[in-house]
Parts: sequence; structure tokens; C-alpha cells
Amino acid sequence: MPLTGSSTAVRAVVEKRNMNRFTAFVKKEFFHILRDRRTLLILFGLPLVQVLLFGFALTNEIKNANIAILDNDKSPHSQQITNKLLASGYFQLRKNLRSNDDIERAFRKGTIKLAVVFPAGFTENYEHGHSTRIQLLADATEQNTAISLTNYATAIIRDYVTDLNPNVQPPLTIDVRSRMVFNPELKGAFVFVPGVMAMVLLLVSALMTSVTIARERETGTLEVLMVSPLSQGQILLGKVVPYLLLSFLNGCIIIALGVFVLKVPLNGSLLLLLSETLLFIFLALSIGIFISSIVDTQLVAMFASLMAMLLPTIFLSGFMFPIESMPKPLQLVSNLIPAKYFINIVKGIMIKGAGLRYLWQPTLVLVGMSVFFMGLSLRNLKTRLS
Amino acid sequence: MDAIIIENVSKSYGETPAVSAISLSIRPGELFGLIGPDGAGKTTLFKILVTLLLPDQGRATVAGYDVVKDYKALRQLVGYMPGRFSLYPDLSVQENLAFFATVFGTTIPENYPLIQEIYSQLEPFKDRRAGQLSGGMKQKLALCCALIHKPEVLFLDEPTTGVDAVSRKEFWDMLRKLNERGLTTLVSTPYMDEASRCDRVAFMQTGTVLAVDTPSAITNRFTKPLYAVRATDTYQLIQDLRLAPFTESCYAFGEFLHLTVKSAAVSDRQIDSYLLDNNHRNIKIHPIQPGIEDTFMALMTQPEPTA
Repeated sequence: MPLTGSSTAVRAVVEKRNMNRFTAFVKKEFFHILRDRRTLLILFGLPLVQVLLFGFALTNEIKNANIAILDNDKSPHSQQITNKLLASGYFQLRKNLRSNDDIERAFRKGTIKLAVVFPAGFTENYEHGHSTRIQLLADATEQNTAISLTNYATAIIRDYVTDLNPNVQPPLTIDVRSRMVFNPELKGAFVFVPGVMAMVLLLVSALMTSVTIARERETGTLEVLMVSPLSQGQILLGKVVPYLLLSFLNGCIIIALGVFVLKVPLNGSLLLLLSETLLFIFLALSIGIFISSIVDTQLVAMFASLMAMLLPTIFLSGFMFPIESMPKPLQLVSNLIPAKYFINIVKGIMIKGAGLRYLWQPTLVLVGMSVFFMGLSLRNLKTRLS
Repeated sequence: MDAIIIENVSKSYGETPAVSAISLSIRPGELFGLIGPDGAGKTTLFKILVTLLLPDQGRATVAGYDVVKDYKALRQLVGYMPGRFSLYPDLSVQENLAFFATVFGTTIPENYPLIQEIYSQLEPFKDRRAGQLSGGMKQKLALCCALIHKPEVLFLDEPTTGVDAVSRKEFWDMLRKLNERGLTTLVSTPYMDEASRCDRVAFMQTGTVLAVDTPSAITNRFTKPLYAVRATDTYQLIQDLRLAPFTESCYAFGEFLHLTVKSAAVSDRQIDSYLLDNNHRNIKIHPIQPGIEDTFMALMTQPEPTA
């Protein structure tokens, strides 16, 4: 029965009913999530798998690359250089070669990534003060690996020479010294933990909300809800609240995995990091609601979420490929990718220990985007069909 | 005042008209049927009445409230069961009912007497997920959910579509019982045999109402003689009868053909001899009383609706 009149008692009853309505709706949403194995798997399996995959398997750091040595010199020097290479942790010895033909064969088979060749007379030349050579051959089918391997090997060999003759100045007059700031060990986890976080939060928040609203539309339950005293705002909020909570939990899991398992530092404020995470989740949810307000079916919602968000997030946010090396038009497009700003913020807080004073710009962009999408969705709010 | 008043309501989707200038009045406490084939505009009319769609033209009131202006108040007063299964398949029977009760600002105990008879059949399965119920059970649960807030007017859009014959009959028995308590009910169906269960029916086709009356008055409009005809080769029979000079119309109804002849002067012997001339065997002919389907077929083929 509708309640009319304006006495405070009546108003209190109305408010209580409104609250009951809303909690019943949120409860129902939790039932949907907790009873659907696929949803649960995406919610909690995905972040775990992603972080661990990127952390341990899909890494571009060089570890234990297979190399072969062709030692035509067989001297203490060649032996010591070999030992130094193998002791670095970057390389492991696959085999000792006997001839130049073996090199090609080994590369063809793909068993080695790098071959180190000591020419005959290497020690003799060196000790008589003549210039001497070591040849490095790398399998450049993976060009980045090849470049890294030869760089590492060159550096190690140079170190060896410097150690041998600490007093002899190299002929170079310019001494270049580089220092890797913030990430001296060049750990890949520093890059992908923020990236995975952005990806998972976007996926869970935006994809899930857009799909669940589309599902209600498909099953016809949305029609019944619309012909109920529930307001559209209550329906939307009821959809947002559970996913906001679950996504936040997800964000915390990823941060914990990053810090405790992958040893990403947390130099900045945890509170700031969590607030920025909440902001990003809110943005992702607004995008999800926006998508659901313009599509009709779960399938389209899923497709739109994946195409419009996941792919750009992976390719254009700077997560996988550096934005600076993209062509100009794509660089401009990357400015529209929310994940780009979030990744910068997370990196800033966790690794550089930056505060809001340095991060206010990307934060402001995220706030602006949230307002934009929420505004659009609210404008698309309908009290009726079509 | 009438429970539902529809005045000159039109609605089109783009260029396609779905409902064209329909006017209807439904009295309080009536069990009123909208009968018509798919695409007749029944669902569109329902959605306008339950405030889900805005009419392009005309106005309508339900329980005295305007469907456009007073939609908020109206949404508390109507019970609506859309055409397709519209419950949460992953919630149990009990959870579905409790959810809709709370959403409509009530509780199951508060209005239990209203649904008791229907819900008692579902109670043994109250912890079963709604998605795992049979078609008939789903309809019963959906009806309970639409009734739980004690609506003043009940809208059921094709509630029996896709439900087996026994469950359909049961469902109509339930509607009749609810109606006896004074609940105004508007129900749509594509099954013409269900029309006779209503107090009054409106026949709809391509967005217009062809006729509105009680089921018996509607069949009384059928004035021409009607025969049930049967022979060995049904297909050839229908072809030949449609070509016969005395035939007004001929349709298949189960194992018999229903033949309407142009005047009372045409006798069954005349039909028999015509069929013998056309080499039909095992011919059976007998005059029958027109049913509601015969009337609808006749109305559909008439050039102008007789409202």
C-alpha cells in the first residue's frame, strides 16, 4: 500500500522500507556473485593467477640463459672469464663447443641463446699488450633478449679486465656511469604489479557490473524491478556496492601479493594507495554502468567491456609497451586510458614513495573521468523502457 | 469508476505501429482477457499500462491513476508478470518471494493469506533454485511474486505460454479463485481456448481491437452454419473445400476441418456429394456449434472490425 501524508511517523516507516529494499537488493546481488562459480573464479582466481604468472613465468628479466663456450685458447684467463659469466646468475653453461660449426648447429637447434668464443692466442695477445678479442654471438630471433644478453656479457668481461688492471686507465676519457634509480635491480615486478592491478580491477569492476545489469535486462527481471517502488538510483547503487567491496578486497590482495611475495616496495603511504585504488574502482564501476546503459545483452556487454577497456589497457596504458615509443596518434589515444593514470599513481606511491603533492594531476584526471561517466550514466537513467 | 481505462492509445516503434488507437474499459473485479496472435500488440499495451512504456498518443488510467503522470504511485499498486520467466534462477523459491516482498515494502507473513493456496504447492520445494523448477511451477512462483504486495490490479502477460496443458488449466483455476476475491486481472494469451475462461475478452490483431464482449456473446455473433468435416486425405480436402462455391471459409482444427458455409441453404448432403465428386473417401460431416476460435477466425478475415 502506498503511504501518503507527511507525519514524521509515516516518513520514518517509508525510510525504513527504503532501507530494507536496498539491503534486500544488495543481499540478492551477493547471492548472485557467490553462487556463480564462474563469477567467483574471475573475481578471485584471476588476480591470483595474473600476479603469479607475471611474477614468475612471464618475465623479461634474464635468468639462467643457456650459453655455449668455444674456448680455443684454454688458458687461465679464458677459464676465469667463463667462471665469472656463469657465476653471475644470468647464464648457465649448456655445452662446451669444439669448432665453429658446432656454434651454428647449436643455434639451429635452439638450445643456446648466446655463444662466447675465445680465439686461439687470446692470452698471448693480451699479455703482450696487443688488443685482443672475444666474440659474442647471440640468437637474435628474440631481439630484446639478444641485446640484454650481449650487454650483460660485455659488462662482465669489462669488469674482469678492470679487476685485472686496476691502475690502468682505459683509453676512454669520458667515464659514463649509470645508476638505475628506484629499481636498481631492474625488477620487472615493479612494472607489472601496478599494471595487473589496473587490469584486474577494470575487468572485475567494469565487466562484471555491465554484465550483471545486462543479465537482469535479458531475464526480464529488470522490467519487474522497474515496476517496483525501487528507484533506478537504488538499483544502480545496489549493483555498485557489492562490486565496490569485492574489487577493493581484490585490490588489497594484489597489493599484498606484490609486497610480500614479489617484494615490490611500498615506499609511500598505504592510506593514499588504498584511497587511489578506491577511486579507480569507482571509475571502473561508472564505466561498467555506462556500458550497461547502452547495451542490451550480456554478450554485447562483455564484448564491449573487453574491446573498449581490456585491450587498450593492456596495449596503450604503458603496461606492456612504453608509451614514449608509440607513434604520436597512439600516444594521444593513450591519454584517454584510465589505467595509464592509475599505473602512474601506483608506481609513484609504491616505488617512488611520492605523495599527493606529486600525484595530484593523474588523480584529478581519474576524478574527472569518474564524474564524466557517472554523469552520463545518470543522464541515461530511465524510469521506463527504451 | 472502471479499473482500467484506455482511451485512444497508440504506440509505434519507429515506423512500425504496435498499438493503433485502442480504447478499452475494464471494470473493477473483472477477469479480462486480451486474445490475439503474436505481434498483435498485447505486450506493448501491457507495458504502457504498467508504466514501462509511454504511449505516443491517447491516455490510460489504472485504478484511477494516470499511467504517465502518476507512474510512481501506480507502481505500488500493480502486480506485473512479464511474458518471459522473470525470476532469479539462482535464488531459491523462498528467496525470490522474500526479495520481491521486501522490494514492495511488505513481508511474506503480511500477505500470506492471498498466496497461501498457490504457495502451499511450492512449499515442499522452497529451498530449490527457481531455475530448476518445472514450467508450471515457475509460473506459480512468478504469480506469487506478483501477488505478494497485494496489488489492486494484476497484469499477466502470456502467463501460460510454454506451460503444459494440465498446468495451464490449473493456472486458470487459480486466476478464477483470485478473481472471486475481487482482484481485477488483465491477462493476455495467444491460446484462444483460454478466452472462454475470462469474464470478457478483447480480440486483438495487428494493434487493433477486433471485438470486445463476453465469450458467449462473441460466439453468438457467429451466425453462419458451421460443419466439422473429415476425410482420408486432409490436405486435398482443405484444397477442394476452399474452392467449393458454397464455402465461406475452411480451417483445420485438430483432426477435423471447420467449414463455414455462405448460407443456411447449404445442406450437409450437398457438401457430401461435392466431396464424392472430387473422389474423397471416408467422408464424415456433421453440424457443430461455433467455438471462440471459429469466431476469432471469422473476425480476423472480416475487412472491418465489429467492435
